[in-house]
Amino acid sequence: MKIEGRVWKFGDNIDTDVIIPAPYLVTTDMEELGKHCMEGVDAAFAEKVRPGDIIVAGKNFGCGSSREHAPMAIKGVGISCVIAEGFARIFFRNAFNMGLAIFESSGVSEGIEDGDQVSIDQDTGEIVDHTTGRRFSANPIPPFMQELIEAGGLMSYVLNKRRG
Amino acid sequence: MSQTITEKILAAHAGRDTVVQGELITVRIDMALANDITAPIAIDLFEKSHIESVFDPERIALVPDHFVPNKDVRSAIQVQAMRTFARKYHIKHFFELGEMGIEHVLLPEQGLVLPGDVVIGADSHTCTDGALGAFATGVGSTDIAAAMITGEGWFKVPESIKLVYNGQLRKWVTGKDLILYTIGDIGVDGATYKAMEFTGDVIKALPMADRMTMANMAIEAGAKSGIISPDEVTLDYIRPRAKRPFECYTSDPDAAYAEVRTYDVSGIEPQVAFPFLPENTRSISAVGTVPIDQVVIGSCTNGRIEDLRLAAGVLNGRTIDKNVRLIIVPATPTVYRQAMAEGLLEAFLAAKGIVSPPTCGPCLGGFMGILGPGERAVATTNRNFVGRMGHPSSEVYLANPAVAAASAVLGRIGGPEEL
Ligand code: SF4
Repeated sequence: MKIEGRVWKFGDNIDTDVIIPAPYLVTTDMEELGKHCMEGVDAAFAEKVRPGDIIVAGKNFGCGSSREHAPMAIKGVGISCVIAEGFARIFFRNAFNMGLAIFESSGVSEGIEDGDQVSIDQDTGEIVDHTTGRRFSANPIPPFMQELIEAGGLMSYVLNKRRG
Repeated sequence: MSQTITEKILAAHAGRDTVVQGELITVRIDMALANDITAPIAIDLFEKSHIESVFDPERIALVPDHFVPNKDVRSAIQVQAMRTFARKYHIKHFFELGEMGIEHVLLPEQGLVLPGDVVIGADSHTCTDGALGAFATGVGSTDIAAAMITGEGWFKVPESIKLVYNGQLRKWVTGKDLILYTIGDIGVDGATYKAMEFTGDVIKALPMADRMTMANMAIEAGAKSGIISPDEVTLDYIRPRAKRPFECYTSDPDAAYAEVRTYDVSGIEPQVAFPFLPENTRSISAVGTVPIDQVVIGSCTNGRIEDLRLAAGVLNGRTIDKNVRLIIVPATPTVYRQAMAEGLLEAFLAAKGIVSPPTCGPCLGGFMGILGPGERAVATTNRNFVGRMGHPSSEVYLANPAVAAASAVLGRIGGPEEL
């Protein structure tokens, strides 16, 4: 499966407070959270994003608290996937549990620019920047985690399995 | 195939002989834990799934500890949700006020987590239980909701870092100092995704309380878990507490590690982590003059009876500096009663400190000792991030209970030897 979209670039150590500021943690509604996505760094982000857009970031994306509202907000605003140099561990886990596709790839934060059109092949991990023609590689998403994403997250996955 | 203790535990819980680092596996969960911040979300997800029962009412622990005794209406509502859920699904290990303590001290103390277990908790310091020789790690609320249904969790088998401690511990140097020193060495992301395995002669001689302090702060180096192989010290602690069978695993001598680091502890002094990261460590002799406003002795890191004994021993009849507030937080009711029986509470009160009921309270800037603008605290807790204990301009310095108590008397950061 291929994901393609326009890139929004962020730096290193984007923490969960920036992704979804604490005052909005009173809801677990994805769309509602999406309206405040990235407000800590770009107040108008949610208005500018088009469904399917991609976030590209540096090291340690999602560090900080274990709040699941962070991947929910990213998904809620319509971002199709996050590509970063690296992710904080609990964010990594929560992203898959929420059904948000994320990819680790070194070099992307230097090599991909804001606004570039980028595609990523989920099975092979190949990333192509169609604006510049540059290519990068990410670790492909293992089959189990692809299943999580396709099911829409861990809860739907578990419930689907129970229903058989 | 040679394996680490972590790989052996995960393999056993996946129903396999071996697992490979990096592999994704589904494992059986021995204990799933959530607190008053994270349980309500898991409960909500569980209820929305319309499943009629939990996988095992004895394998779920719900511990309201962060804002308890309820600090306001919203925290009361969160605990209500836990209480209602616990009654409805007959959750055995729901802890009402009076039995409630800080989750990562309470669970081992009550024998609810045992060597060889897989423990998940919707709280990042769940890694504390690794001190018993269990695989224990922090997860999100969704993981807990799913585990309450299936009794399972998914994991990537982590690589391990082996940390070997040799030599002779100096006076006043504790497990807290060893872990702070280590975090100062490898950094707050030095062990991201990995299991930190603590070994060596020093660890073998270390009491359980210190071992738990070390495993507790593995997350502060970004680790997935911290672990110590069970030995006689572990078994002395576990045997009177365990109410179900358990298994002790140890790493094979030629198991594969991502990295091995060896420390000679003989030169290590008590450590102080300066704001705003646990990796900003300095030896006590290099601290300089740092006046303080408050001292907090407690938390899942250093709120055990051993910690209170150490602090009371340092106070030794002295009163604290008149510009300092001293707050003591016994981590559980058992710790509290033991401290009372040993006269420690009297010693703290006589020193002009106060004693709080068991709670996370000040550790996360919840309540019971919030810092005002520009105020400085020495705390035996685990995080000194910006605003962790109150106002964004306040500062937290992490230290062991002996240094914390000495600092309360001195009115500035200092060690017991200065008294
Ligand atoms: S004592 Fe502090 S670190 Fe430990 S569980 Fe409570 S809030 Fe978290």
